[in-house]
Amino acid sequence: MYHRYVVVALSRRKPNEGKELTKEEKQRLRKQKKHQKKQKERKNEKGPSETEKDKTPVSLLPPPQPVATQKAPSALPAPASAPIPVPASAPFHSSPAPSPADKPAKSKAELKAERRARQETDRAAKQPGSSSSGIKTKVPLSELNPVVKRLPEHVQVDDPAVVKRLAKKLERQQIPLRSDYGYKVSLFSHLHQYSRKAPLTQLLSIPSTVIHPSIVRLGLQYSQGIVAGSNARSVALLHAFKQVIRDYTTPPNEELSRDLVNKLKPYISFLNQCRPLSASMGNAIKYIKKEISNIPSQCKEEEAKTKLLTCIDRYIEEKIVLAAKAISKYAIEKISDGDVILVYGYSSLVNNILCEAFEKSRKFRVIVVDSRPRLEGREALRRLVQRGISCTYVLISALSYILPEVSKVFLGAHALLANGYVMSRVGTSQIALVARTYNVPVLVCCETYKFCERVQTDSFVSNELDDPDDLMVTRKGKTQLENWQDVSSLGLLNLVYDVTPPDFVDLVITDLGMIPCTSVPVVLRVKNLDQ
Amino acid sequence: MEWPKMTTLRLVEYFRTQVRQDPEVPSAVAAIRTLLEFLKRDQSETILGLRENLTQTIRRLEEADSSVAVSSGGELFLRFISLTSLEHPDLSQCKKVMVERGELFLKKISLSRSKVAKLCHTFIKDGAKILTHSSSRVVLKVLESAAADKKRFTVYVTESQPDSAGRQMADKLQNLNIPVTVVLDAAVGYIMEKVDLVIVGAEGVVESGGIINKIGTYQLAVCSKAHNKPFYVVAESFKFVRLYPLNQQDVPERFKYKADTLKAVEDLAEEHPMIDYTPPSLITLLFTDLGVLTPSAVSDELIKLYL
Repeated sequence: MYHRYVVVALSRRKPNEGKELTKEEKQRLRKQKKHQKKQKERKNEKGPSETEKDKTPVSLLPPPQPVATQKAPSALPAPASAPIPVPASAPFHSSPAPSPADKPAKSKAELKAERRARQETDRAAKQPGSSSSGIKTKVPLSELNPVVKRLPEHVQVDDPAVVKRLAKKLERQQIPLRSDYGYKVSLFSHLHQYSRKAPLTQLLSIPSTVIHPSIVRLGLQYSQGIVAGSNARSVALLHAFKQVIRDYTTPPNEELSRDLVNKLKPYISFLNQCRPLSASMGNAIKYIKKEISNIPSQCKEEEAKTKLLTCIDRYIEEKIVLAAKAISKYAIEKISDGDVILVYGYSSLVNNILCEAFEKSRKFRVIVVDSRPRLEGREALRRLVQRGISCTYVLISALSYILPEVSKVFLGAHALLANGYVMSRVGTSQIALVARTYNVPVLVCCETYKFCERVQTDSFVSNELDDPDDLMVTRKGKTQLENWQDVSSLGLLNLVYDVTPPDFVDLVITDLGMIPCTSVPVVLRVKNLDQ
Repeated sequence: MEWPKMTTLRLVEYFRTQVRQDPEVPSAVAAIRTLLEFLKRDQSETILGLRENLTQTIRRLEEADSSVAVSSGGELFLRFISLTSLEHPDLSQCKKVMVERGELFLKKISLSRSKVAKLCHTFIKDGAKILTHSSSRVVLKVLESAAADKKRFTVYVTESQPDSAGRQMADKLQNLNIPVTVVLDAAVGYIMEKVDLVIVGAEGVVESGGIINKIGTYQLAVCSKAHNKPFYVVAESFKFVRLYPLNQQDVPERFKYKADTLKAVEDLAEEHPMIDYTPPSLITLLFTDLGVLTPSAVSDELIKLYL
């Protein structure tokens, strides 16, 4: 098999020499040339200096792959080594993009690889058929193999190459690209900023042939803010997917397990365009994809569909409904008579806990803290007052005034990150900070399906920018910020999330029990072992 | 139904004799030994019945001695029982295995104190001045092994009212020829600048990594944090308990006061609590038979033990 590699190497050096070039090898060569062209294009945008370095290692590296995998031309576009974006055939989801910061590090590695590969070809040219070449070529391959993590494309909006790649991908999936709106504050220019007045569905033909109608409806509900809140969004997503599965029929000559996953990919891109996916949604999607790909091929379609539907129902039941019950049980132990509890915004879980505690006849009162522009606290207030719980309502600016009265703070979470940081609605870290200075215990309630493997230490790198027009207020018929777009030095920033460091959080209540904030990676580890 | 009552009384007696006979034995070990005795003599037909009886006995023991260690030892034993019962569904075989494993477990934990001492005494440097609180047998063992290692150090012990336990500690240390001084509880802030490190024992180690110990420990911890002195805790692993207090008030009442006080007095607001809670932010390191842990690693160990 190593002959083949040698043959190819020779053929590049001396195109007229060389033994037999089979069909596969010709295909391979053609693909390599395409590769090089694409690499050239991309590098020409960045700077001519890097073109040289990139060309050779890329062209040398693809051959060892088919060597390793022997025949089967379908194995050729094997995307085994992620740093080399393999052309075309497989729709590439998490479009890998070497971020500008990674560039210099990678080019060093590429230089090394290039040098080594060049040595290899020299040696190979001298000793045709030597077995060492095959082994050595695998070394540069493994060197460039991913230790470099790729940034998701939705935090690289200011990188034109990434945007171009995304546009191409969406074009392929026949989903319209949503354009950004308004002037973005420079610190957050790497994030998308959409306007609610221009939903993605305006650019779609209704009924859409590509996207299932329940997904279109869901996307609209997300982008208009009709369905909001981490749990609500995940449950809505799972219900929409159930409908998709019910209406799905396997096309002939296709396997359900593979085709259904491919069908879901454009839906997920569409939903992502309507509103960036939350961590809980990401975990739910991972679970569904795993379940689908685990369907055995001999399973009949009806059976497979019912199996998937029951899986999804069970997921919702276990991870959301029962988890809420378990969390309430633990949380009620922490609520004593005479407590004054502070909550922020609207968290379905915290509301659930308070209502249950009230039913178990605990005597407490609640202070609801709210903030503009979403004013979600009003919904929480309405539901608590309906139950008969005595509540107080303040805006976040009155926080330090009200805190001396408070005995405990209950917060919900959007996601819990692997380094113990809590990602939640913007304003949460402010509450945690002020509560810490007043020595008030802060309890975060979060189900385990919201735990994610990401690490984040600040609220800038990965966040969501909401419609800046929401910040405009009309009082007595006058809107001061009406023409904010005309003022060139004015930017409106409407952030959605922020991260709270673990030192400000005293306790995290999950369905597995009460844990300190620093034990989140332990739970992730235990969960991975279970799976 | 006189028979079960008598057995529980007899068990409490057994527990008390254990503690009396060997003052060195940790109360959790005595409790586990008692429970093992009960297990050997238990007549229940089903595993569920066995669990019920055990839970009741633990409650009775807690009434006799309200320390956190008894509670943690009991819970550990219960959990260990439930694990064994999962493996062997047949009751009589299950019991045999349980008794065997119980004996093994007891043997292992009676060695835990020496393991802790071995880990900790290396942190005591020559010429060190150590501050400790009240009377702890684990701390005594640590200081003993440090002295046996030919290290020279002086010890300050707080008097630890209301039972003057500190004085007993001072006597024991004097018997080991270690120079010791007894200080008032109120003089902790005064003496802190002179000492190099603080070592205390613990009655219970909670999930957050904090400890429950004799009243006055929290003050000691706050002072040592203010002076940037390391605050070390020495505790065996069977003292890990599944509590998570948020502040002093959140510690359950049944641990705060002595067992007799709980039974005798109506209004506990008048009584002085015997223990307090030290949060993990004030603790530098915990020395246990599972190794040297930071407070955040305690939760990790607990999850391994209990999940």
